[in-house]
Amino acid sequence: MFGHRSDLPLKDDASTRFLPWLVAPMVFLCAVALAGVFILSTLINRWDRDVSGTLTIEIAAAPGEAGESAEQTRIRVEQALRILGGTPGVADAHALTQEQLVGLLAPWLGNSELLKELPLPAMVDVTLQPDIPVDLDALGKQLSQAVPGASVDDHRIWLARLIGLSRSIEWLAIGVVVLIGGVTSATVFYATRSAMAVHHEVIEVLHLIGAADAYIARQFAERAFTLGFRGGVVGLGLTLPVLAAIGLGAHKLKGGFLADLSLPLSGWLAVLSLPAFAALLAMLTARATVHRTLARMP
Amino acid sequence: MRRETADTANVVQFHGVGVRYEHGPEILQDIDFSLPAGSFHFLTGASGAGKSSVLRLMYLAQRPNRGRIVLFGRDVGTLRRYQMPALRRRIGVVFQDFRLLDHLSTLDNVALPLRVAGASEQDVRKFVPDLLDWVGLTDQIHAKPPTLSGGQKQRVAIARAVIGRPELLVADEPTGNVDDQIAMRLMYLFEELNKLGTTVLIATHNENLVSRLRHPRLHLEQGHLRLG
Repeated sequence: MFGHRSDLPLKDDASTRFLPWLVAPMVFLCAVALAGVFILSTLINRWDRDVSGTLTIEIAAAPGEAGESAEQTRIRVEQALRILGGTPGVADAHALTQEQLVGLLAPWLGNSELLKELPLPAMVDVTLQPDIPVDLDALGKQLSQAVPGASVDDHRIWLARLIGLSRSIEWLAIGVVVLIGGVTSATVFYATRSAMAVHHEVIEVLHLIGAADAYIARQFAERAFTLGFRGGVVGLGLTLPVLAAIGLGAHKLKGGFLADLSLPLSGWLAVLSLPAFAALLAMLTARATVHRTLARMP
Repeated sequence: MRRETADTANVVQFHGVGVRYEHGPEILQDIDFSLPAGSFHFLTGASGAGKSSVLRLMYLAQRPNRGRIVLFGRDVGTLRRYQMPALRRRIGVVFQDFRLLDHLSTLDNVALPLRVAGASEQDVRKFVPDLLDWVGLTDQIHAKPPTLSGGQKQRVAIARAVIGRPELLVADEPTGNVDDQIAMRLMYLFEELNKLGTTVLIATHNENLVSRLRHPRLHLEQGHLRLG
């Protein structure tokens, strides 16, 4: 791969021949974990973007006969809208129509005419200005005092919990990637040590005729790079169908809360670069191992 | 090639050198000698007298337990690790057991010191075949060591030791596996190299060779060195 000749018979070496078959599953696992990190990160960003700039005001339906209740509820909604309109940081506030409310419940209760007869609570969809902070506690108190049955549903509370959980999973996946890198490095370390033991006599001759440590290390490092890259390509080959299947599954969801399960471009680039990273890691580990071992020679 | 300005008269100096292995007795005791630049010496002594140990100290394969070794005007004990390869390249070594690399051809074995020193392939193709011709191995240029006879391996080992035109050549029984005719031819090669300025030290049992060539001898006996 590097075009340098090798004085060491590493190509025929049984002690390192297995290396690609160890690197391949490592790269596969790493790619899956990395893809998970990118997909989660995309999801979190989308949730954050979609939800954190909004909140919902729920106003319980006023008691009484159907007509009277509806009128009272409408008055309460108008009161709430007035308060919201005078609150700094509120960009927009509008009540959901009866049809919109029924539409929200339809997936659970069906599209029955009966739904329209039910005393449904009113909902006010509020959009906040991103650059002006709103004291949600104070707003909640003000609304509940002025408008009977009004409560603020701040999405940020549950979203923060969800994002916290997702971030934990994200860090766990990063930890898995680091761990896999460590295991790969350890595998290369022992394979290199084993190869050095096998070729001890050749190494000693090279050492005694004046080969610098770097000259010997380069030969091991280049071999490790080649084997690491081969393993990486095989691992990537195993990963691509899995990622394609996840992408296909995500496409079928078509919107909704779990949409965007497909890997973003940056994720694809990261996954596709894994064979090169595996090769680089193998090369650097082999080089460091050889230098460390040679340092014990006189 | 760099030459030292300090004490250029002596290429090798041993001062009170002692060597022991593990916790055993000293096999070399108070070794004091120097090899002037351009000199030719034999190193003699019975088997186990410590000839190979003296050579190993000279080609930096081991360090003494005590005493001081100065090579090319530099105290070996004070050298940093990264300085050692350059010093080793100034020394040609013929190992007693040849130590050829079985997976490489004769040409590649002989070319090793040049490649290690960063020589171009053009230089390798230019110098190695000429030297192999000189040691009578042109027809074995692509052969690998396992297919060579003992004598042929010996000549490959010698060619490898001299290809880099070393300033110091140390050889451990270089004629042990060849007949007298080849032995003399190899000795003449060493003498030719010596005439070009290389300091030569040859460890040998071959008294016939020592007496015919009339070079000064260093004799090892019971761990002590005597100049002959």
